[in-house]
Amino acid sequence: MNKFQKMICVMLLAIVSVAAHAQNTVNAENADVMRSNGKIYVVVAVVLTVLIGLFFYVFNLDRKISKLEKK
Amino acid sequence: MPVPSPPGVPLKETIRNLFFHVPMWIAMMVCFSVSVVYAIKYLRKQDEVNNIYSTEFARTGTFLGILGLITGMIWANYQWGKPWSGDAKQNGTAIALLIYFAYFVLKGSLQDEEKQARIGAVYNIFAYFMLFPTLWILPRLTESLHPGGMGSEGNPGLNPKDTTMSMRTVMYPAFLGWTLLSVWISTLRVRVQIIHQKQFANE
Repeated sequence: MNKFQKMICVMLLAIVSVAAHAQNTVNAENADVMRSNGKIYVVVAVVLTVLIGLFFYVFNLDRKISKLEKK
Repeated sequence: MPVPSPPGVPLKETIRNLFFHVPMWIAMMVCFSVSVVYAIKYLRKQDEVNNIYSTEFARTGTFLGILGLITGMIWANYQWGKPWSGDAKQNGTAIALLIYFAYFVLKGSLQDEEKQARIGAVYNIFAYFMLFPTLWILPRLTESLHPGGMGSEGNPGLNPKDTTMSMRTVMYPAFLGWTLLSVWISTLRVRVQIIHQKQFANE
């Protein structure tokens, strides 16, 4: 694991704790946002999940191609 | 099986997830089907390229399955009250995906490349045929929160009678589009692997 990967790991883990913290305080409000406007934000969450997921999958591929180019 | 949330709760705008959550599964099924065809082709001719096709399509299929599960859980959280209700379809797909995870574990654990390809191909066929009970038969036999369970309309993916014509004009192109996107990504990965293979052979 290089320095960059370690930094990303640390940042991600830090963000996770923030999300967990927020859930205690604004849980009800958060649920309201997701259920407002005919639950359209559920669709937003689903679309974002798909896009972020595919982005990481393609990003992975990009790294593989970069490795090949270096050889 | 007890149904935690009444199926009569209106979907409202979340029905738009039909264009994102459902195509993941359609694309996954296509990827797994392509994968098993190439696995059989590999077993017949022992051509390494077929093995690469088979592996990469299975990889994309598994990935789409994970995305489908996550998006399904988000949708279920606001529609059925909790992300995981032990619905027949949820459990079935989780089992199917675990079987495909085992495919990669199996391939990763074998050192010899030819053995890896051959045992992987045989296991791939087994994994594909496990999709029949887990995705297509069992969810139809029990009561399900998804459409298409026992006593409800439609197939395990959607209820055609609920879908208006205008939704269908978006839905079917969406199925096609996401499937083609997944095929494109898989073929890109295949090309990378083939180049990698050639370099390895030249060294």
